[in-house]
Amino acid sequence: MEPTKKPSLDVDRRKFVGSGLSLGALTLLTGCDISDNDVVQTMFAKVSRWNNFVQESLFSGTRLAPEFPESMAVKNFRYNAWYEYPLAPVISGTDYRLELAGLIDNKTPWTVPQLYALPQKSQVTRHVCVEGWSMIGKWTGTPLKVFLEHVGADTTAKYVGFVCADGYYESIDMATALHPQTIMAFQLSDEILPTEFGFPFKIRIPTKLGFKQPKFVTAIYVTNRNPGGFWVDRGYNWFSGI
Amino acid sequence: MKPNPATHDIQKHPLLVRLSHWGQALAIIIMIGSGWRIYNSSPLFNFRFYTWATLGGDPAIAKIAHMDPGVANAINWHFTGMWLLALSFFLLILHGTISGHFWRDLLPLSPRAIFRDFIAAITFKLAHRLGEYNAVQRAAYWFVLFAILMMILSGLAIWKPVQLAWLCWCFGGFPTARLIHFLFMVGICGFMLVHVALVILVPKTMLAMVFGSAAEPKGEHHGAD
Repeated sequence: MEPTKKPSLDVDRRKFVGSGLSLGALTLLTGCDISDNDVVQTMFAKVSRWNNFVQESLFSGTRLAPEFPESMAVKNFRYNAWYEYPLAPVISGTDYRLELAGLIDNKTPWTVPQLYALPQKSQVTRHVCVEGWSMIGKWTGTPLKVFLEHVGADTTAKYVGFVCADGYYESIDMATALHPQTIMAFQLSDEILPTEFGFPFKIRIPTKLGFKQPKFVTAIYVTNRNPGGFWVDRGYNWFSGI
Repeated sequence: MKPNPATHDIQKHPLLVRLSHWGQALAIIIMIGSGWRIYNSSPLFNFRFYTWATLGGDPAIAKIAHMDPGVANAINWHFTGMWLLALSFFLLILHGTISGHFWRDLLPLSPRAIFRDFIAAITFKLAHRLGEYNAVQRAAYWFVLFAILMMILSGLAIWKPVQLAWLCWCFGGFPTARLIHFLFMVGICGFMLVHVALVILVPKTMLAMVFGSAAEPKGEHHGAD
């Protein structure tokens, strides 16, 4: 038996136009980009806070980043910043002072020789950039934990903030700051950190993305207020653990 | 007017299937659009995707205002879309497994049946019956389910190569996991091209996925009978 009435088909056709429109709306989403929009940005901020929470829960203070044989460490490490490397700040090893602020007992500034006299250890770990590239390198320096305890920092506070000589700034959670592989790296590939890699030192954190690891650090502070970060304040996720 | 099942081929999709299907569709568009933008900032191969095909706002504004190549938005889309992708995929799998939809409609499946239906399809001898999947379709659906699962797992591996180091290791380490993440993206794009092309050929399947059911008088199959 064939259906005798045609109208049902017409209904189908109308429905089909409707569904075609919803598919069109879906394509418009990519074609006509809605990213730069307050509603979308508010949603991103909320999801990013949720992602901070998820990553903090996933993070373990004792789980170590994989270490590689020294032969796998890249000798010519990739330079990366928002400016070309000749513009990297040239710091005088004699005039430099590391300033300390916030919830720290002894805020006396540190000189380069004082910093380099701290106990050091090496790690061969993978640096992962938010853009997707990665590179294994050998870094040598002092665990940040050792330094923080040395200067009497309040390690029950929530954040450690960093200020850099090139206008960069960053901050990390205290759990990551106390992680055994989070170091003040004085050397890359067994050589004193060259200017473009952050002389006199960079913060090397193998449990976080590359942009969370500031170079040319000129000040460290401990606080309970989230200090944000250069890229974080431009929309990148704050925790950015790996 | 309800079509009579005795005289019609009927395709039905419960609400849960439709919700998770469109959740997957939206999530995949978000993930691919933003993924291509992230890829462009550090390409794996010797090419970049057209910016208009990527998701993440106006790169020129981002560059001038924030010194950012438009990646911040793309990453936000990616790390938002991943929740929609995982959630709707989980719903789809849960429903397909418990309701028996997977075993009923996507099985049995054999290499011989796939070959037979594939030959029939490329020689335009394969009929489409609403509500029934041929072997090539079944294989394609199993493939895309597997590909999405691999996208989620390889994505987790490159998102958390330290905290989920074991998973990253299973994918052959970070660079290999990243390559696998790219390759399954290509596979899903291929599936979507064929999937959408076939929906355009048989528009009633779209009706079923939007409104829940579509019917066609028996004997009016598409393609040769």
